[in-house]
Amino acid sequence: MSKPVIATASLAGCFGCHMSFLDIDERILELVELVEFDKSPIDDLKKFTRPVDIGLIEGGCCNVENVEVLRYFRKNCRILVSVGECAVMGGLPAMRNTIPLKECLEEAYLNSLTVAPEDRLIPNDEELPLLLDRVYPCHEIVRIDYFLPGCPPSADLIWEALTALIQGRPMKLDYPLIKYD
Amino acid sequence: MDIIKRILQKYGKDRTRLIDILKEIQAGQGIISDKAIESIAKEFKISRAEVEGVISFYHFLSDKPLGKYVVYLNNSITSEMAGREKVARALEKEAGCAFGQTSPDGLITLFETSCIGMNDQEPAAIINGVVFTCLNEEKVKKIVAWMKEGKDVQEMVEEFGDGANQHELVKAMVKNNIRKPGPVLFGDYTVGSAITKALKMSPEAIIEEVKKANLLGRGGAGFPTGLKWEFCRKEKSPEHYVICNADEGEPGTFKDRVLLTERPEMVFEGMAIAGYAVGARLGILYLRHEYSYLRNYLQHILERMRQQGFLGKNIADKSFDFDIEIKSGAGAYVCGEESALIESAEGKRGEPRDRPPFPVQKGFLNQPTTVNNVETLATATQIIIHGAGWFRSMGTPVSAGTKLLSVSGDCERPGIYEVEFGLTIKELLEMVGAKDTLAVQVGGPSGQCISESGFGRKICYSDLATGGSIIIFNRSRDLFSIVRNFLDFFIEESCGWCVPCRAGNVLLKKKFEKIASGLGTRQDLAELEAWGKIIKSMSRCGLGQTSPNPILTTLTNFRELYESRINKEADFIPEFDLTRAVAEACVLTGREFQEETEHA
Repeated sequence: MSKPVIATASLAGCFGCHMSFLDIDERILELVELVEFDKSPIDDLKKFTRPVDIGLIEGGCCNVENVEVLRYFRKNCRILVSVGECAVMGGLPAMRNTIPLKECLEEAYLNSLTVAPEDRLIPNDEELPLLLDRVYPCHEIVRIDYFLPGCPPSADLIWEALTALIQGRPMKLDYPLIKYD
Repeated sequence: MDIIKRILQKYGKDRTRLIDILKEIQAGQGIISDKAIESIAKEFKISRAEVEGVISFYHFLSDKPLGKYVVYLNNSITSEMAGREKVARALEKEAGCAFGQTSPDGLITLFETSCIGMNDQEPAAIINGVVFTCLNEEKVKKIVAWMKEGKDVQEMVEEFGDGANQHELVKAMVKNNIRKPGPVLFGDYTVGSAITKALKMSPEAIIEEVKKANLLGRGGAGFPTGLKWEFCRKEKSPEHYVICNADEGEPGTFKDRVLLTERPEMVFEGMAIAGYAVGARLGILYLRHEYSYLRNYLQHILERMRQQGFLGKNIADKSFDFDIEIKSGAGAYVCGEESALIESAEGKRGEPRDRPPFPVQKGFLNQPTTVNNVETLATATQIIIHGAGWFRSMGTPVSAGTKLLSVSGDCERPGIYEVEFGLTIKELLEMVGAKDTLAVQVGGPSGQCISESGFGRKICYSDLATGGSIIIFNRSRDLFSIVRNFLDFFIEESCGWCVPCRAGNVLLKKKFEKIASGLGTRQDLAELEAWGKIIKSMSRCGLGQTSPNPILTTLTNFRELYESRINKEADFIPEFDLTRAVAEACVLTGREFQEETEHA
């Protein structure tokens, strides 16, 4: 039987959840035995090469590209998991949600004290994905099957959730694993 | 600055009077200025943030300049049903500013506010402390015209209500609308007879009598009053306090207002009896800010009772001293919760406390305190006069006596009804002249929404417990707009301490709107229910523990309404629309966006 395939993505996040994932330390050797990676920053595959069993999404959606990647994942993954506060709720990037987009951009690129007068320009290159009016949690855009809380979720939490999904058993998320204060 | 100093001096160095001080400063200056905040902080040796925290907590306090006339228009559901929208638009048009703003000439500020206890005479508003009822477009035009002439607000009241609303010191257009006076609260009563009789008994005997009468808390929670007094009495402490909870904030209830207008002595005597029973020397009437128009009148009644020897030193010629002072909040529903009320009475933000310790152990100024509802105390007075046996001959075995109901909404005779416990909803509907009834909201937004199948249910503690709010909706009403109004109310009134309440109620409303708009699925409906239960079980006070009830009880009793709105085939429908989400960015960048139909 072939190994389960997993894929990961970091959208509007800080890569902290991926870092936390890597904190599984020596269990990474076990992971290599358990799964194969498809599209992920870990192997740098840009496109899906086959149907994926489990997609792990870090970060919410702040721009068009995030939305496209998320939808691309939903289409190609059997199970999709929101990993961490940004994917689950929008997280830190969503702090801009109470401020109109125009004001955000003006503050960052025009009015900020650290912007030199000659640099006052709101970036507008074709290559830059258009920003959304606010930052959205993933489940408002596509169906999400599981949510792992935390900023970031601990390596132990990610490990337990992932291995449970792989083995098709219920997750055993004891209170210390999901307690953050 | 002199005024500020004078006000501070007037209240001495009493930190518990902070809200009174802030209200007086605002009344005089139209704003609680930076300088005032500074002086207060210095006076009480507290941080600026603490003063600002109090100001920001209460609706009626403001550190921004307000107009000469400040209008608070009630936005409760019965106000909406009675034409609030038209009144609001007329106000905006005449005043020349939107809600939340002050007119360009600085004359008028418009605000919305939660229920002000006038549900049977909506739409109602409070303007500079004066209550205006049954508003319509015409009246708004007249009032705003008067404002432009600079007329005093009190003089704008041309017709007074019934009973003591006409009293020299009240002069309010508020109506009592007492439709069915009952034997307890509107029965035989001579001022002073209860306290005179009580002082011939021992405190223990009074507690025993109240226990025997099986008096349960009339605010809605139904805690046995005698037991509460006993717990409070047993606590060893230098001081004990009695607080009368007159923070009647549950939308749809206004019976305490009527009791305080027509039966204030009965309430105050109940406080004195409670004081004697628990060993207190001071009682506090915590009067909701919205009822400030009664304050001078109530002070006058207190003074008269002192002169009659029913309050003050050596009451009824016995060696028992007890006096009552009036304190007010400044607009916050959560202050009806007893521990939040105590915080507010101490002049702080009205945030609920952790329990235990309970108020009967550590309440006002950390001393044992019994907090009782207005109606509970008035009822206790009558129990002492007429005896527990008399009281238990009314109502049901578990729910003895009578209950005051505040009836509003779609019926011919809204107002106050004193009924014996055990009355069915059907009987009540007939009594008040309600026809073609779709739903009855029992106990306000935090209570239950009952459908026709539940009209045989009884008003009593073992079936439909209620603090007294009854709102009736006929078949022309859209239940979803009712639920929406209630959800908005809880979002507005959450004190913000517990995340499940602060954030959960907002998420719940969003999910509700998704379903209401036809984009919901079975999954959404399941989540709506599950999230409601989480909020209820994870919040520490009654607000969060009941805030999902508008959804949960309509889900139980009107499930078909929700079922008819959801898409039963789809497993997920997003509300998200990419083109709409980038529209703003397109304008800002001058770029165009074409959504790709298929990802590469």
